[in-house]
Amino acid sequence: MPSESALRLVWIYPDLLSTYGDQGNVLVLEHRARSRGIPVETLHVRSADPVPESGDIYLLGGGEDRPQMLGAERLRRDGGLQRAADRGAVVFAVCAGYQLIGREFGGDEGQPVPGVGLLDIASGRGEKRAVGELAAEVAPELGLPTLTGFENHMGVTRLGPGVKPLSRTLVGTGNGDGTEGAYAGRIVGTYLHGPALARNPALADLLLRWVVGDLAPIDDTWYEQLRKERLAAVLS
Amino acid sequence: MTQLPLRAQLAAALGRTAATLSRMTGRGDGSVIGGRVGLLLEPDLLRRLAANRRLALVSATNGKTTTTRLITSALQELGEVATNAFGANMPAGHVTALSQAKNAPYGVLEVDEKYLPEVLDTTGAAVVCLMNLSRDQMDRAAEIWLLAKKWRRALAGRNTHVIANADDPLVAWAAMGASRVTWVSAKQRWREDSWCCPECGGPLDRKDDDWACRECPLRRPQPTWFLAENAVIDPQGRTWPLDLQLPGRANESNAAIALATAEAFGVPIERALPRIREVRSVAGRYTTVERDGRVLRLLLAKNPAGWLEAFDVSDPALPIILSVNAQVPDGRDTSWLYDVDYRVLRGRPVYVTGERRHDLALRLHVADVQFRLCPTFGDAVDALAPGKIDVIANYTAFQQIRAEFGRAV
Repeated sequence: MPSESALRLVWIYPDLLSTYGDQGNVLVLEHRARSRGIPVETLHVRSADPVPESGDIYLLGGGEDRPQMLGAERLRRDGGLQRAADRGAVVFAVCAGYQLIGREFGGDEGQPVPGVGLLDIASGRGEKRAVGELAAEVAPELGLPTLTGFENHMGVTRLGPGVKPLSRTLVGTGNGDGTEGAYAGRIVGTYLHGPALARNPALADLLLRWVVGDLAPIDDTWYEQLRKERLAAVLS
Repeated sequence: MTQLPLRAQLAAALGRTAATLSRMTGRGDGSVIGGRVGLLLEPDLLRRLAANRRLALVSATNGKTTTTRLITSALQELGEVATNAFGANMPAGHVTALSQAKNAPYGVLEVDEKYLPEVLDTTGAAVVCLMNLSRDQMDRAAEIWLLAKKWRRALAGRNTHVIANADDPLVAWAAMGASRVTWVSAKQRWREDSWCCPECGGPLDRKDDDWACRECPLRRPQPTWFLAENAVIDPQGRTWPLDLQLPGRANESNAAIALATAEAFGVPIERALPRIREVRSVAGRYTTVERDGRVLRLLLAKNPAGWLEAFDVSDPALPIILSVNAQVPDGRDTSWLYDVDYRVLRGRPVYVTGERRHDLALRLHVADVQFRLCPTFGDAVDALAPGKIDVIANYTAFQQIRAEFGRAV
């Protein structure tokens, strides 16, 4: 297992839940931690292997219907992610991973499939695929700038009383009710596709701060140029 | 070929006229518009044009255009071959290709992955070549397991002769239901989409080119053709050095599939291989262009598996220009950049351009690759000293560069 001093990132099931650039979230967290001199150890946990409980940040990516169902089933059986979340680990899930950490989601025939239950949300299948740029105002208590990213999903998500919406959409579909994503404590989910943290470095830093405390500033030139260009493209 | 009914003849002729007009007015190469006009007048045109010809359909996420070209070259041993050489790979492009070579008894058609079931149904093609399936333009293409499932359904119980890459689990699973399959060990370097069994979702054990599911009986079918080190081993066990003009391992895979396909058409390897060796560049890919002493080699990479292949061809000693767009044909979503391992570029002079250069810039920054951002391709070329330069671009970025050099072929 990783040493005590390093930040421990756990990428859940790259074999099932890595559809399109999801690894970007791991790479961005690694890069932003290392740029500040924080040593990082990353563990890729395949679906045939147990999920270690001692990670600091757990990342879940997107997936097609069947891998999503298999992923949920294996995570429920394994229990490692739930135990890690119970002891306060950070969880960041995108797209199918977001649905999967909820109470239930729609299977490949639209039937409800039980999720891992880390977030009080229930997802089903919408009528129309939501594909395109998304921009959203983040819940003020999180103190983050506008979310930007790309969404590509059929899902609609209802938020239960146990969670808060991560943001309110300016452009795009998100949960389908004007909100986008959800969070509770240190568990965050979003429909932003793939490398969501690349366009939202402040969100990446929030996840890091939850684990390591205050962070030194780093050079964000390239992050900011990309954010500016993308937000201008969709909000103008 | 038998005579087409009058309406189909008229539709095909008007389509050809539209294509010619499109070319003359500089709007495009006419491959799509001609077919669209034809199909508008006669919706059954593709079926009618395909009837009484022996056709091969070629589909994959990478290498379709090149393999189509290689097979076409080999089949020219037999006579005239109709083909969509410039990658217009949906039904309109197929109509154009077949109506431009009215009397060709053979046809080789590159087919977009999504359209394969429909085009197979319509044309009743005798041969289908399937090479690889990897993540590709997810906002406009279907998810790949879903695609494999569609292929599998389309091929099940059909009399089509399938030539398939046994080393790609998704492709093999899709082809397994066909009544006649020639399995080629064409290799597969990109494996990120096949760590799970397409049949049951169980973990796939992979060792070298072999693979098997740990939880169900699915395993790699036994190939009869093998790609070896710069050579192909045929079903008789004979080794044929490839010596292609096209660079890179991926093109050796394409050649292995092309040779097996040529044999399915009755062209033996000793006649097919010399034809295949003549191909130097395909629709501008791998071609070299020159400007002010800069000698630029153009490589196309549309998805993560394609970038892996482009890096394989690229010379690490040379500076490199990377250009990325995200127009509709490229996919609007640039997430895939995070599935490419750019660390191989560390230490090389790297110049970044294209409409989505900021996405690429951040991606390289995260990979600790030093680079220089250039607003245009011309700026990147000007910034470099005379000499050899490699260029990797995705689809529309590649076409823009090609256009700057007068549609280099």
